[in-house]
Amino acid sequence: MIPVLIFISIVTFGLAHGVPGGPFDTEKKRPPEIRANLEKYYGLDKPIYIQYLNYMGNIITKFDFGPSLVQRGRTVNEIFAAHLPVSAQLGILALLVALLIGIPLGIVAALKQNTFWDYLGMGIAVFGVSVPNIVLGPLLIWIFALALGWFPVAGWGKPSQMVLPSIALGLGSSAIIGRLTRASMLQVIREDYIRTARAKGLTERVIMVRHALKNAFIPVATVLGPMFAALTTGTFVVEQIFAIPGMGKYFITSVTNRDYAVVMGTTLLYAVFLVIANLAVDITYAFLDPRIRYT
Amino acid sequence: MGTILEVKGLKTQFFTQDGIVNAVNGISYTVDEGETLGIVGESGCGKSVSVLSVMRLIPQPPGKIVGGQVIFEGRDLLKLSEDEMRQVRGNKISMVFQDPMTSLNPVLTIARQMTEGMELHLGLDHQQARKRAIELLEMVNIPQAKDRIDDYPHQFSGGMRQRVMIAMGLSCNPQVLIADEPTTALDVTIQAQILDLVRDLKQKIGMAIIWITHDLGIVAGLADRVLVMYAGYIIESAPVKEIYGDPRHPYTLGLLGSIPRLDAERKKKLTPIEGLPPDLIDPPPGCPFAPRCRFAIDQCLAENPTLQPVALNHHVACWVDTKRGVA
Ligand SMILES: Nc1ncnc2c1ncn2[C@@H]1O[C@H](COP(=O)(O)OP(=O)(O)OP(=O)(O)O)[C@@H](O)[C@H]1O
Ligand code: SF4
Ligand SMILES: [Mg+2]
Repeated sequence: MIPVLIFISIVTFGLAHGVPGGPFDTEKKRPPEIRANLEKYYGLDKPIYIQYLNYMGNIITKFDFGPSLVQRGRTVNEIFAAHLPVSAQLGILALLVALLIGIPLGIVAALKQNTFWDYLGMGIAVFGVSVPNIVLGPLLIWIFALALGWFPVAGWGKPSQMVLPSIALGLGSSAIIGRLTRASMLQVIREDYIRTARAKGLTERVIMVRHALKNAFIPVATVLGPMFAALTTGTFVVEQIFAIPGMGKYFITSVTNRDYAVVMGTTLLYAVFLVIANLAVDITYAFLDPRIRYT
Repeated sequence: MGTILEVKGLKTQFFTQDGIVNAVNGISYTVDEGETLGIVGESGCGKSVSVLSVMRLIPQPPGKIVGGQVIFEGRDLLKLSEDEMRQVRGNKISMVFQDPMTSLNPVLTIARQMTEGMELHLGLDHQQARKRAIELLEMVNIPQAKDRIDDYPHQFSGGMRQRVMIAMGLSCNPQVLIADEPTTALDVTIQAQILDLVRDLKQKIGMAIIWITHDLGIVAGLADRVLVMYAGYIIESAPVKEIYGDPRHPYTLGLLGSIPRLDAERKKKLTPIEGLPPDLIDPPPGCPFAPRCRFAIDQCLAENPTLQPVALNHHVACWVDTKRGVA
C-alpha cells in the first residue's frame, strides 16, 4: 500500500513538472527577475528531486500540502477543507443512489426473468449506462427543477439541492450494479444449495433473502471499491452542471493553471482514498464470504 | 406393512429448444412403511427427475409434471397448493442430494442450515432447534458436534457434509427420506461409512427410504426392493434377492453382468451395455431398449411392453421371456 502511494506520488510529480508551461506563465511576459523571485519563493529553483523530497516531507510530518501556486495567500490545505467534503458528500450520496436503485432492480429482473419487469429494469439499466452525465444532468434539471419545480436548479448545501446531482452521478453506476446483481442472482438461484433450501420447505421469500442474496452480493461487492473512488473523483461534469463547489471542478482548473501543489495534493489524496476504498471492499468481502475469512 | 407413498402414472417432460424431453414416462410404484426402495439405472434414465417430481422440485420452466398422481397420506401431492406442499417438504418427505460439496450454502453456518427446517416444521425456538441439531450431528457421528456446529460448510470434509445433509434430512422425523446418489461423489471408504450409518439409522428410526444409485453393489446391501429404470420407464421391479437371483429383463441382466469387481476402478460411471441410451426427444415406437438388446424380436420395434407380473412382487416390461432363452 505504501509503495503504491510513493510510486503514484513520484509519477504525478514528474508528470506535473514535465509538462511544458509553468504556474507563472501569463499572456504578458514577466520580467525575468520577478519570475526568478517567484520561483525562489516557492522553491521551484531547486533540483526537482529536492522539490519532491521537501514536498513529501511536509506532507508526512505536518500534513501540509504547501501553498497554492496560483491563488495567492491560500494554502492547498485550505482549498481541500473548503471543497473536498462537498465532493465526498456527493460521491457517497451517488453510491447510495447506485445501490438503492441497482440492487432491487437487479433482484426483480432476475426473479422475473424474461418478463415485462425484467425488460423494463434492464431497459432502464441500458439507459443508465449509455446516457452520459452531461446529458442526464441537464435532463434532470429540465424535468424536475424547471418543469415540475420539485428541486432547485443548482447549488449545494440543502438536502433538496443534493437530490438531482446525486441521481445524475449515481444512475450510471446503478445500472452497472443492477446488471451485475441480476447476472449474479440468476447464477445463484440455479445453485444446488438453493434446491436444498427448497427441499426443506422454506418459503420463496426466506430462500431469496437468507440463501440467495448474500451469495449474489459477493461479486457485486468487488466493484464497489473502484466504483466509489470513481464516483468521488469523477464528479467534474456533475459539479459543473449543478454549480457545486466541489473538488472536481477545482482540480481541472488547477491542471490548466499548472497549480502543481493542488494537482499533486488532490491526486495523492485520491490515491489514498482508492486504496482505502479497496481495503473496505476486502473487509466487506470477508464479511460476506466465510471461505475467505478462514483462509 | 401399509403403503406410505404411491406413485401412479407419473409423467414429467422438459420443454427445451431441441424439443420435448420425455424424462419420466408414466411410472408407477409404491413405497411401504419402513421399506428401503432402491432405484437403479444408467445416467440420464430419469431417476432424479422421478423423485424431484414427487417433491415438486422440478425446475419449471423448462420442466413440467404433465400427468399422474403421487398419493401420500391420502392426498395427491401434485394437487396441493404450493403452501400445502411446503408443509410436506423437509417435514414429512425429505431429500438428500448427490453432491455434498455444492448442496450446502457456503455463506451460512451448519447451525443455521440445520435449525431453519426444525424452527419451521417442528415449531422449535432457536435454542431448542440448536440443541436438537447438536444431537442429530452426534447421531451421524460428527466429532465435537457442539463446537463444529458453528462452522461453515467449507470447514467440513465431503463425507462430513453428507452426514450433515443426512442429519438435516432426518431432523423433522420424516416418513420418507429420499436420497439421490448421496454417496456417488465420495470415495469408497467414506461411502461405506455412510452406508453403515444409514443402515444403523434406519434400524433406530424406521423411516422409509428411497435410495437412488447406479451402483448395484450399494443396492444389494441396503434395499429391500429394487426398481430398474431405463429411458424414463421402470422396466423391472422386484425384491432385492430376486433382482440378483432371478433377473429377467435383458437390461437388468446386462447391468448385473457388469457389476464392477472390487479391484476395478469404482469412480467411473457404469456403461455396462454396448450402445448408448436412446434420445428422450421423439423416441421411436417400440421398446426403448431394442437397439441395444440381444433378445429383440420384431414385436419389440413396434410396441413398447408394459410391466407384467412374472412372480410374486416381481414385474418385468419385456416381450421376451429371457429365462427360456429365446434369442
Ligand atoms: N433442467 C433440465 N432441462 C432439460 N432436460 C433435463 C433437465 N433435467 C433433466 N433433464 C433430462 O431428463 C433426463 C433424466 O435426467 P435425470 O437427472 O433424472 O437422470 P438421472 O437418472 O438422475 O441421471 P444421473 O445418474 O446422471 O443423475 C435426462 O435425459 C436429462 O437430459
Ligand atoms: S422388449 Fe424386446 S427389445 Fe425390449 S428388452 Fe425385451 S426383448 Fe429386448
Ligand atoms: Mg440424477
